[in-house]
Amino acid sequence: MSGTVEQSTLGGADRESVKRTAPDLITALKQAYSDLEFSRFQPNSGPAQDVVTVGPERLVELAAFARDAGFEMFVDLCGVDYLRRDPRFEVVVTLLSLTPPARLRIKVPVSASRPSVPSLTGVYAGSNFYERETYDLFGIDFPGHPDLSRILLPDDWEGHPLRKDYAVGSVPVQFKDAPRSA
Amino acid sequence: MSDTPHLPSSDLEAQTTDPPQDGQPAAASQEEARRASHVVWVSGTEEPSWMADSTDEGAQEILPDVADPALDVQRGTQVADDYVEDDTADEDERQIINLGPQHPSTHGVLRLQLELEGETIRRVKPIIGYLHTGMEKTAETLTFLQGATNVTRMDYLAPLHNELCYSLAVEQLLGVDIPPRASAIRILMTELNRVSSHLLWLATQGMDIGAISMMLYGWRERESVLSFFESVTGLRMNHDYIRPGGVAADLHDGWEHEVDSLLETLPAGIAEYEEILNENPIFLDRTQGVGIITREECLAYGIGGPIARATGMEWDLRKVFPYSGIDLYEFDVPTGTHGDVWDRYLVRLEEMRQSLRIVRQVLESMPAGDFRTDDRKVTPPPRKRIDESMEALIHHFKIFTEGFKVPAGEVWQSVESPRGELGMYLVSDGGAKPWRLHVRAPSFAAVQALPVMLTDSLVADMIATLASADPVLGDVDR
Repeated sequence: MSGTVEQSTLGGADRESVKRTAPDLITALKQAYSDLEFSRFQPNSGPAQDVVTVGPERLVELAAFARDAGFEMFVDLCGVDYLRRDPRFEVVVTLLSLTPPARLRIKVPVSASRPSVPSLTGVYAGSNFYERETYDLFGIDFPGHPDLSRILLPDDWEGHPLRKDYAVGSVPVQFKDAPRSA
Repeated sequence: MSDTPHLPSSDLEAQTTDPPQDGQPAAASQEEARRASHVVWVSGTEEPSWMADSTDEGAQEILPDVADPALDVQRGTQVADDYVEDDTADEDERQIINLGPQHPSTHGVLRLQLELEGETIRRVKPIIGYLHTGMEKTAETLTFLQGATNVTRMDYLAPLHNELCYSLAVEQLLGVDIPPRASAIRILMTELNRVSSHLLWLATQGMDIGAISMMLYGWRERESVLSFFESVTGLRMNHDYIRPGGVAADLHDGWEHEVDSLLETLPAGIAEYEEILNENPIFLDRTQGVGIITREECLAYGIGGPIARATGMEWDLRKVFPYSGIDLYEFDVPTGTHGDVWDRYLVRLEEMRQSLRIVRQVLESMPAGDFRTDDRKVTPPPRKRIDESMEALIHHFKIFTEGFKVPAGEVWQSVESPRGELGMYLVSDGGAKPWRLHVRAPSFAAVQALPVMLTDSLVADMIATLASADPVLGDVDR
């Protein structure tokens, strides 16, 4: 459906890219990375969702290629903990192409023993906070990140709460001058 | 806390503090040095010195100023769109000022560390997390039906957009069809929500730069929208009205008259604001050419919504990836040219008009029918059946206790929230609760880009820029 969007809704684009359609973009990616696993999810409403799975060692290269191919907007980066699956973690990057409108989801399986994914900050400046969030909540390292530190939780927080083996518990709140609870 | 397993972060720390090996390229050792410049402390080990001072945020504080091209991108110093250029001041004349987390103008608990050189902001670091309540973790403990009560509390100025995005994501995995009336009600409510959210933004933007009367007017008009929400959903905020499968209840009798009166009072109000602000020399001076962000920076930082449209990017998810039948209605996408605070003001003002245009079309074409899907997997049996049939009673009970099961899979759904692209990444393992719900908050992206808008501008312009980014901290911290 993305290909049917009228040109009038697209601003600031060069004519060259307007002619392309969303499937063209994916085809270009598939040709350059024929050894990777591409899949497509068609929900009951809305556009199809293209997914590609890539190992951590080739993520930066693939993201740079995708950006130059047209996926110019960085949308999201998050982690998922599958716990019993091997590899345990997955880092999911969502990219967007404006002309033609298309989305790409890059899934990066990450092993549990030393979770580490190279930082995308050199390709998309906006991945900075998202990588910090993923480091904070999942404990996944992003080598190459300019300032990797906790972002949502305090520095002295123990553990990484969005991991599945981190229990949902309660934290006693310390009020000033109140006796410290056990 | 202590029995929760924790990860090999001591490994991470060891890795960050390893001295660079001989023979490695210079870039690698530079990175090592940078990573070693702050210590990530793990509880149970010896406390580093900064822990003694309780106001110190340690590793999250602004880093020492090292000339590093990798950081320039983050600081927004690569693009020559800023208008103050003076590099003659001494290094020791720079001072670090904390803005927030408590401040009347910070729109919530946001803290900005500013490095000032006289009145010029040289570096900015947003420090967030003061409102973090672990809502993504909470979402994993709630059933799919309960989930809407959780997400509605994230962006508390646009709760209906959060509910809509979440419901659409669940419905994509469920594969249920939503009746046209439910879709139309959803559009009616979310577009009115866009107006109420923009009205509050206008009120605070006005007050932050001295137009106090705007504060009163903005809240006044917003109140009329919230009254309508209250009569439909029972609540002024945090409605839990849009749910997977449809909406919670049908519109009440006489809703047409209420919407009709909104469509009369709101445009009159917007015209009044334009009269107050458009020719106001103070407002013009304080907004034009202030807080500029370029199209390229918007793309790199993932900024959509009014901020991106103010740069001339004609990008609206309602047009390119239509949802909930929004493509049935006619509306225009306003754009600006300069990407400054003034253009964002113009774009948001016009967006309110366009939203009201959609609301009028919904009012005139509201389809009859059911307000939620009749798929019995998601919707409980009608009240009458429960009185007659034991099976129907059990069915009702199961839906509200155990919850309905959602087929395994993962899905991305986004809607155009008043603040930009609100996205949700939902993973289901086939159970009655989400395996993972990640929320891509538009305010999070906007706060990340604040250094781009603020670097090398004046302190006095900072509040105007911050207000125009319109961050909702409940959305940022989740």
